[in-house]
Amino acid sequence: MSEIRASSVTPGTPQPTSPTGAAEREFTVKERSQFQQAVRRFLRHRLAVASLVVFILIVLLAFVGPLLWKYTYTDITPDNSQPPSLAHPFGTDSLGHDGFAQVLRGLQQSVKVALCIALVASTLGVVWGGISGYYKGLADSVLMRFADLVLTIPAIALAAALGSTGGGTWWMIALILGGLSAPLVARAVRGVVLSLREQEFVEAARALGASDTRIILRHLVPNAFAVVIVYATLLVASGILAETALSYIGFGVHSPDTSLGLLISQAQSAVQTRPWLFYFPGLFIILIALTVNFIGDGLRDALDPRQTRQRR
Amino acid sequence: MLAYVIRRVFMSIPILFGSTILVFLIVKFSGDPLEGLKLRNPPPPPQTILNEERRLRLDQPLWEQYWLWLKNLVLHGDFGPSVHSNMNIGNELGDRLLVTLRLVLVSVLIALIFAVITGVVSAVKQYSVTDYSFTFLGFLFLAMPSFWFAILLKSAGIAYNQATGTQTFFTIGDKSPFLVDDSAWGNIKDIAGHMVLPTIALGLISYAAWSRFQRAAMLEVLNSDYVRLARAKGLRSRQVLVRHALRTALIPLTTVTALDIAALLGGAVITERVFQWHGLGEFLLTSIAGRDAYAMMGWLLVSAIIVIIFNLIADLMYSVLDPRIRYE
Amino acid sequence: MTAEINIQSGRKAGDGAAVLEVENLTVEFPTEDGVVQAVRGVSYRLAPGEAMGIVGESGSGKSVTSMAIMGLLPKTARISGSVRFRGEELLGRSENEYAAVRGKKIAMIFQDPLTSLNPVYTVGRQIAEAILAHNDVSKKAAMDRAVELLATVGIPFPEQRANNYPHEMSGGMRQRVVIAIAMANDPDVIIADEPTTALDVTVQAQVLEALEAARAATGAALVLITHDLGVIAGHADRICVMYAGKLVEKGTVDQVFYEPRMPYTLGLLGSLPRLDEGGRERLTPIVGSPPSLMNLPPGCPFTPRCPLAQPVCEEREPDLYATDAPAHLSACHFHEKLVGVSAAQLFRPTSVDTEGVTPRDLEVQQ
Repeated sequence: MSEIRASSVTPGTPQPTSPTGAAEREFTVKERSQFQQAVRRFLRHRLAVASLVVFILIVLLAFVGPLLWKYTYTDITPDNSQPPSLAHPFGTDSLGHDGFAQVLRGLQQSVKVALCIALVASTLGVVWGGISGYYKGLADSVLMRFADLVLTIPAIALAAALGSTGGGTWWMIALILGGLSAPLVARAVRGVVLSLREQEFVEAARALGASDTRIILRHLVPNAFAVVIVYATLLVASGILAETALSYIGFGVHSPDTSLGLLISQAQSAVQTRPWLFYFPGLFIILIALTVNFIGDGLRDALDPRQTRQRR
Repeated sequence: MLAYVIRRVFMSIPILFGSTILVFLIVKFSGDPLEGLKLRNPPPPPQTILNEERRLRLDQPLWEQYWLWLKNLVLHGDFGPSVHSNMNIGNELGDRLLVTLRLVLVSVLIALIFAVITGVVSAVKQYSVTDYSFTFLGFLFLAMPSFWFAILLKSAGIAYNQATGTQTFFTIGDKSPFLVDDSAWGNIKDIAGHMVLPTIALGLISYAAWSRFQRAAMLEVLNSDYVRLARAKGLRSRQVLVRHALRTALIPLTTVTALDIAALLGGAVITERVFQWHGLGEFLLTSIAGRDAYAMMGWLLVSAIIVIIFNLIADLMYSVLDPRIRYE
Repeated sequence: MTAEINIQSGRKAGDGAAVLEVENLTVEFPTEDGVVQAVRGVSYRLAPGEAMGIVGESGSGKSVTSMAIMGLLPKTARISGSVRFRGEELLGRSENEYAAVRGKKIAMIFQDPLTSLNPVYTVGRQIAEAILAHNDVSKKAAMDRAVELLATVGIPFPEQRANNYPHEMSGGMRQRVVIAIAMANDPDVIIADEPTTALDVTVQAQVLEALEAARAATGAALVLITHDLGVIAGHADRICVMYAGKLVEKGTVDQVFYEPRMPYTLGLLGSLPRLDEGGRERLTPIVGSPPSLMNLPPGCPFTPRCPLAQPVCEEREPDLYATDAPAHLSACHFHEKLVGVSAAQLFRPTSVDTEGVTPRDLEVQQ
């Protein structure tokens, strides 16, 4: 089997970067070609590319749509409980709110929260896991025990408890959920750093007298980047699901503002009478989570070809 | 083995301890549990408020409150006073634990069985139409908000009942308030009937994640050297598949299942909300809304213990399944 | 000298009593980037009891050839040609028909003993399983036989060892267990794919000894795949040299070792340290690296690395030509020019890193 693998690997297949401190220029050249190869591999993943296009369209819709649409999410139109029509493509609720305007606003809030969750969680997770993996010893024990602790408690309980204080602003929710997801990223980053720091090129850099900061920034971070970017992508998907769930149980975004989860929560008693209020926000959640997961899959294949072979 | 279990139990105490402190602080800073009482109109007599403060130990310093809670819990099994003066947190938790555990355990079991089957079929028939269909369904289920799917299931159940004029699916509560057939069998049938839709709703996401995982694990094992040797020995494909591939590919799934238990308890909160079950989830949500600190800590303790027990079971399973792991 | 006896057994193969005949075997793997031609028309015959070595660099297709013979390649592989066991065609059989041959008629030993055994079963059980797959005996009888087999391959305290899990054994022990599995059903052919490569040098000899014991006990013919010419010299009668998915030289051990007629073989021998030359000869590496098996250009695939290369080499791939010696074949247009040539005369001794170097680079340097 090993031979099949060996022969199917073309000479140009990138190996994990193993830059040595001595050949700085070569290192940058190598990195760019690696980046280009990753882009090439990603583009070959047709589903991921299509998902990326759809996801970008959804984000555009969320942020540009409300500026162009004739109603805002607070407008009360004279039409109550209308099924979808040309005037109201997503129908209206019993008060006369335009469904499309409401979904656009909910989409905007949910996407904003989800993207922030990914940002917060991966930033915090990289620092957390990086310190833990690099310094090992006491710092590592304390940080990892704390990560265990956070992960033992069902996230939704902590988020709900914290969310009940936060007053339901979108950025508070993003901070809370991001913080609660950070231990996951921290664990992954720690694992990568632990294995990397034992590798020859890091030892070589250390032997050449490179400082800790330099080793972390120049050698460990770029190599952990692939893992983090994949995690961050998948966190967008789990983030949007967490936000909508939190809003559904009443500890997320509050009325009069709205989110996709809150819209579903408000529509749950009307599934049979006004199903359009229930289905449209749900479909958007599914669409976002689905496309983001596909993008994450494509990214993983593009950034870590070794893992692909194992997975497929 | 026993020594290992005992050591593990002791090792989990700091986690329990730490998580109760964490939750205690969060609840304490989340607001005043007597806010509702104080804002009542006409205002209650000041003595009532003072009494309530004393009963909830709010007159004590923060660390003293926590210490009292811990001491009473360890010495007397007392979970502390609830905001609702007539509620005993310990008893309430016990009742609700049975309800929620029933939901979670059955969901885990069903999700595991289906996940292993689809994972194995997908891996064996890699890149076939079956594989692609399962993969697509897996991605779809992973992308579906659990509450949305639960509401959908519930309304589908209601629609079916209406269309057929029967009570095929139970969509509200964990059991009927009163039963015509109050025998043991009648009760079991009633409880099982109420469980159908919620367990599907709760198990679906775990199923999706686990079947993806099982497929990957299976593929890895199918490409392993020892499966190749098993084939080279002349074993039939079925023997290779079951005895060598599946047997080893099950090992990592035990860990993943245990790790997901916390998330499942979180998922139960939502499922119970949709189907209006009186389980731990509902208990949590009312406690948070009422800023009921001791109730929340009780809830937390119970769920953390469940998580820890599941992890312990998974570790023991691991050592049974994999002879390379031996706990001293 | 055992060579003479071996030549005789080689002749016997020519008489039509071959136990294994591989004819024009071709294996291709379609990949995203194109088709990988892993094996390109390999043919050989194996006489009963004979030991044949296949040498070549990794990626030359040696393992794929034997996996194709065993029917163990993934379904995506496109296999053509013919593999006959005692005259019966094996290619195209269903998985379960093939299973009846595997282990029973042809057994295989793999490279890495650390991963070849299933970690969750005892070694005794894994040997017994091989016996039970082909024989209608009780589990008890199979276990007893497993213990016997462990003793045959030289494992001390076989009764106790049978109850060990693979991780409780050293690499050398595990490889002996794999050998015991291979000989469990008294096969007619044993294919050993780099059986000692993953092992310490000190253990290699023991494992080869166990392999010899297995041959002696079963009388099986042996296909020994390795890149270690030393192993071949001691344990094979005939040699096939493989390069870029093709056999490029075939002959007896003496023919190939002392009168190689293919520049690649010469290069292989030149890169081998020799004690019998008084340590005065310098090693002569082959510069460059083997070609990618995807989109191979026409002509001899060794051309870019060959010091003898002429324009004709880039145009036409040579067949296996008969040389002056009987049953000694070489796939080189200029095999006649190689008579009496030593590696040092053809390849230049060098001490630089040879991975990215071509013969031309060396000329410029000097």
